[in-house]
Amino acid sequence: MTPVLAVEGLNKRFGAVVAADNLNITIPAGQKVSLIGSNGAGKTTFVNLVTGYLKPDSGKIELEGRAIGKQSPRDVARLGISRSFQIPQLFIELTAAENVIVAISGTKASPLSFTSPAEAQNRREQALVLLDRLGLRATADRPVSELAGGVRKLVDIAMAMARRPHLLLLDEPTSGVSAEEKFSTMDRVIQAVTQDAGTIVFVEHDMDIVTRYADRVLAFYSGRILSDGHPDTVLKDADVRRYVTGGAR
Amino acid sequence: MKILSHPAAMLGIVLGFVLLGRVLPAWTLSLATVAASNSLIALGIVVLARTGNVSFGQGLFYAAGGYGVALIANSWGLTDAVAQVMIGAVCGGLLGLVIGPLISRYTGIFFGMLTLALSMVLYGALVKTTALGGSDGFNVGRPTLFGNVFTDPREADFMLYSVSVIATGLAGVAATVYFRSELGLMSLAVRANNLRVEYLGISANRIVAINFVIAAVFAGASGALSLMAQRHIDPQFAYWTTSGEFVFVAILAGYQSVAAVFVASLALELVRSFSNLYLPNTWQLVLGAFLLAVILFLPLGIGSLWTSTKRKGSEPDAPAPGATVTEPAE
Repeated sequence: MTPVLAVEGLNKRFGAVVAADNLNITIPAGQKVSLIGSNGAGKTTFVNLVTGYLKPDSGKIELEGRAIGKQSPRDVARLGISRSFQIPQLFIELTAAENVIVAISGTKASPLSFTSPAEAQNRREQALVLLDRLGLRATADRPVSELAGGVRKLVDIAMAMARRPHLLLLDEPTSGVSAEEKFSTMDRVIQAVTQDAGTIVFVEHDMDIVTRYADRVLAFYSGRILSDGHPDTVLKDADVRRYVTGGAR
Repeated sequence: MKILSHPAAMLGIVLGFVLLGRVLPAWTLSLATVAASNSLIALGIVVLARTGNVSFGQGLFYAAGGYGVALIANSWGLTDAVAQVMIGAVCGGLLGLVIGPLISRYTGIFFGMLTLALSMVLYGALVKTTALGGSDGFNVGRPTLFGNVFTDPREADFMLYSVSVIATGLAGVAATVYFRSELGLMSLAVRANNLRVEYLGISANRIVAINFVIAAVFAGASGALSLMAQRHIDPQFAYWTTSGEFVFVAILAGYQSVAAVFVASLALELVRSFSNLYLPNTWQLVLGAFLLAVILFLPLGIGSLWTSTKRKGSEPDAPAPGATVTEPAE
């Protein structure tokens, strides 16, 4: 069976800094993969390479067997990869519902309409369903500029989900969320996301979240994969404890 | 207020303004005609500003519309006012279709400067083209309407006023529908975060190009209206100060409301006319003070007087779930 994402010999340098060093990763459909690593390890670079924001110096990136390494973020999104951001990237003057409506409008195969109201009943309903899945229905009509950081993060994820992606990349979905709320927030995210996108890759620093939600962990260090496998195995790896978790578990 | 922004109600208001022209003093008709014409091009700038880009060179399309209509009128004898407005719109729109896709790759000051440069290229070309009258330009005949010739100055002024108000009013209704549409909302999204728009699988450049062409159509039609009012055209139509004046109207109006564009244009014309009348040597000072006052007290434009109130009124009473979460380290 063709994997959702296949990366082969992927390299990316920024001057003397090696951000991706001959990465070889295969992610089958349905996995929940967590990317861990200290700052500068290459996790976000990997996400940026996969989503088309950065172009690899060499190597192949394939989505369901189709090469996407040279595609723009727009084309990558259309092919089925969506992402959320470490710092939520929202349309700050719009309401939460309007943000999601923009994302839903982008999924249409036909050209955008000059006359059809943006908040047409069906689009608004779809947006409310998405927000509801993340427990945000009550915030739908509030401008996102008034929302707390963690809520903005969920709106960002709701937007990424609008396209029903084949692969969803979440960049630190619980950063900024309080310790008491991080599990309930992640429960909501995983529950909401698995309904549409079977395959999830999430960047995470919190090892409790990683062990609880990931099927597989990729530990990054200096642009390389230090360890790859089940969370229990990877988090016990001596190199991972030394360079990544600092013996957190 | 909401019912007034319904397209049918807006058409009624436009009709009301046309009928009002019957009782307005003669001098106000020409002032209102100029205000309506200016608000049409400023409306285009507002449409474009909703994507976060400001054109400092709308004179390019204004002149394209004006010269296109003037040349057709003098060559083929086409004097019908409605046809002239349409031809102006087509001329502006065609030029916009050529330039829009190229210029939409730029943003911010680069976008603004490129539009300004292009308008000045046209200005330079027009000044040097003796076949088009060079810097003096050339005259056109009096417009007609559906075969009717207006020899009475009052009737001619009223006809022109009506055509201007109807053309601008229809553009206003179209802009209102557009602002509420999918593309209208997407324009605001591009303004806020064009990279995020791309990550959602949507071309931000395409949205900017569409708005650019709409602005060009409005500018071309406005050029035709100005031509009819002046019955003369010259390269000044493409000059940067002409474009700057329309940007002033757009800044006064803000980008949130269509009605604000008309209010701003009329206010600017009134301030200019009265300060010119009573303070002939210092009228620019009064105009400048007026602009400063609006920018200082209404930084989001005249439209923010009613649009910000609407936004605050939409807040729900219930607290948002997850409101206890902490802010991310941004």
